[in-house]
Amino acid sequence: MDRRDFLKTLAAAGALVTVKTSGMMDVMASTTPANAATGDGNADLAAIMNGEPAAMLEAAMKELGGIGRFIKKGDKIVIKPNIGWDRTPELAGNTNPDLLTALIKMCQDAGAAEIKVFDHTCDNWSRCYDHSGIEAAVKKAGATMVYAHEQSSYQQVDIPNGKTLKNAQVHKAIIECDKWINVPVLKNHGGALMTCAMKNHMGIVWDRRAFHSRGLHQCIADICTYKPAVLHIVDAYRTVATNGPQGRSASDVVLTKALFASPDIVAVDTAAGKFFTQVNKNIRFEDIEHIPDGQSLGLGTMDLESINVKRVRL
Amino acid sequence: MLRKIRTAVAIAVIAILTFGFIDFAGVIDNPLLQKIQFGPALLSLSIVTLVCLIAATLLLGRLYCSVICPLGIFQDFFNWLSKKFDKKKKYGYKPEQPWLRWGVLAVLIIAWICGFTFLVGLLEPYSAYGRMADELFRPVYLFGNNLLAAILEKFGNYSFFKVVISLKSITAFVVALLTLLVVGHISYHHGRTWCNTICPVGTLLGFFSRFSLLRIRIDKDKCNHCLACQRKCKAYCIDSKNQTIDYSRCVDCFDCIDACKQKALSFGPLKCGKSAKESTTADAVDESKRQFLKSSLVIAALAPAALEAKVTGRKDERVPMSPPGSISHRNLLQHCTACHLCVSKCPSHVLKPAGMEYGLGGIMQPVMKFDDGYCNYDCNLCSQVCPAGAIRPLTVEEKHHTQPGRVVFNKDICVVNVNRTSCGACAEHCPVQAIHMVPFEGGLTIPETTPDLCVGCGGCEFICPVKAVHIEGNPIHLEAKEPEQDSNIQTQDFDFGF
Repeated sequence: MDRRDFLKTLAAAGALVTVKTSGMMDVMASTTPANAATGDGNADLAAIMNGEPAAMLEAAMKELGGIGRFIKKGDKIVIKPNIGWDRTPELAGNTNPDLLTALIKMCQDAGAAEIKVFDHTCDNWSRCYDHSGIEAAVKKAGATMVYAHEQSSYQQVDIPNGKTLKNAQVHKAIIECDKWINVPVLKNHGGALMTCAMKNHMGIVWDRRAFHSRGLHQCIADICTYKPAVLHIVDAYRTVATNGPQGRSASDVVLTKALFASPDIVAVDTAAGKFFTQVNKNIRFEDIEHIPDGQSLGLGTMDLESINVKRVRL
Repeated sequence: MLRKIRTAVAIAVIAILTFGFIDFAGVIDNPLLQKIQFGPALLSLSIVTLVCLIAATLLLGRLYCSVICPLGIFQDFFNWLSKKFDKKKKYGYKPEQPWLRWGVLAVLIIAWICGFTFLVGLLEPYSAYGRMADELFRPVYLFGNNLLAAILEKFGNYSFFKVVISLKSITAFVVALLTLLVVGHISYHHGRTWCNTICPVGTLLGFFSRFSLLRIRIDKDKCNHCLACQRKCKAYCIDSKNQTIDYSRCVDCFDCIDACKQKALSFGPLKCGKSAKESTTADAVDESKRQFLKSSLVIAALAPAALEAKVTGRKDERVPMSPPGSISHRNLLQHCTACHLCVSKCPSHVLKPAGMEYGLGGIMQPVMKFDDGYCNYDCNLCSQVCPAGAIRPLTVEEKHHTQPGRVVFNKDICVVNVNRTSCGACAEHCPVQAIHMVPFEGGLTIPETTPDLCVGCGGCEFICPVKAVHIEGNPIHLEAKEPEQDSNIQTQDFDFGF
């Protein structure tokens, strides 16, 4: 290597380090939830109804001030949908693939340097990735489908703000990314009563059994403090109303055509939870304990009156 | 020329067949070559396959042993290897061991009648090879894949994925390793001796190949008794001095044809009035067969009672669960030669080679275990691939109504009851809501079971953090009931709700 080459390499390395640090700064800046009213006229929570997934996403992002509010050019992004079950999109066991296609497009337009998508599935991972339609949608959209079925993809991290859960093995894609976007699907859940943005965090960890044995609701709230997503987009286009989270058949599924989006995880789960209790009248919102647990950990607010909520019917 | 064709076909066959065992990515979901193996076809009484294989043997001799049987091809590989190290390697002529051959076969028949299928599976050549492929070659293949996947991942390429490598059963691993060592050793030093003394399929096909239409012929006028063919014969079946060939042991490898400088050997139709030797061996064989049949009948009459007693003696152990489609433990026991194709194909790592779960006779047969995963509701792969009729083909719809085992719930250790925290992991994983959550104290929900709905997938047992739920096998599979649709759901007219 001659001197010129050496200097070039040095310059490149320096630039790389700079980019990297600024990325880190962004993450640190965004770890405080954006629930405090931003005052710039943008909504804190957007609730959209009566549209197709992509149209509702577009409407929501318009209310929230555009995707550029959450991710910056050059960011390495992870999108974390729910791909838990070997179910087709019609059975709504997983996040709607059309919604993901639209979101990936949005992130690409915003200049995301890299977009990875994964979930630690419950059913056999390859069948879930395949039958959910998500792997095909993600690849077609030009993002990267990452595997999460093997322990070596995970790394032990501390959760200093957790009450019960003090550490967990979290997927490296989440650990290494600049920012991540949480895209759950709204469903009934036998144990947690409802699964939405907070519950979707169980797909970033390796050992879920520990959650179940140590108090499900508190552990769900605890893991949400690890590295908060910059944005939560709840897919409620189709909703598993009963026998969740898998649903036995199409008769458990309701075409609800809704979408909720917010940088505040507690607010978005509150909104989605209240919406959900209309669909399944057996569920009482008060019993979904992990939402107040999240509020008391400072993850966000359940008081939707205190934030700027925009409701839009398409 | 014939030898070259034989070698080429054999290499292709063993490559494809082995790939069927080690392929984890579902490239070949339903391997075909596994379905035309003699042993499993016999146990499943697949008449078409049997007739074709026997007809082929009557026409061509034991070509099966050279180009279809994976253990045969495997031995040819070791034999070829030995010649690489020992250029002067020579075989000779050895007389047949009818007592040994027919003896082993008779013992296996008796063992099978007595429900000791383990022994049949142990020596059945295709199954013996299958276990080697699944227990020994597959981990190596997976390791290579994982290495490649890890390297590509470093460069941000996720087109390969890592696979979990696990030891499915120590018994099966040891048996496979021993098979490799023993059969490998014998074939390295003694050619096809295994096939002509131990192998039950070799003995049966050898019976038919005596009468084969096409065979290796010695032109007595051209032959100068140079012994070149005899020295090349890994089956030890050419008696060059007397110019005779024991066709019950010839595996149609055609090595001798190439070896003969005089061009005295050829493969073609039998000419009349030849070979006095054949008839003598045939007589001897008949004698021994008769003897063994007699003794086998006696033992067969006595043994089942003894074995039965052993099985019923086991108490307070869990009833094992045989794979959906296997109908009953008995059906599995009668047909399964433990080739482990289902074990290798199971995408959820549920099927494992059994230890003593089914008793002595069922060692290494597939049993469902939920340590590493649970049976996928919509997957019916194991039933599709089984070549032996031990797991009968099920459509996905049929599988949804098959109950190989039932859920059992122990409330005393359930975390909801003990810790008063919510869980519901079991119900979450249940595809048919045979476990569902019902209201418990203070807004909590606790599992309640409806075992009639259970399809025995084991999702609940796999995920339960304290093993408060488990699946108890049904020795004879039952029908899973269709769940009733209950609902208190609103399907339209929603508001935002907040």
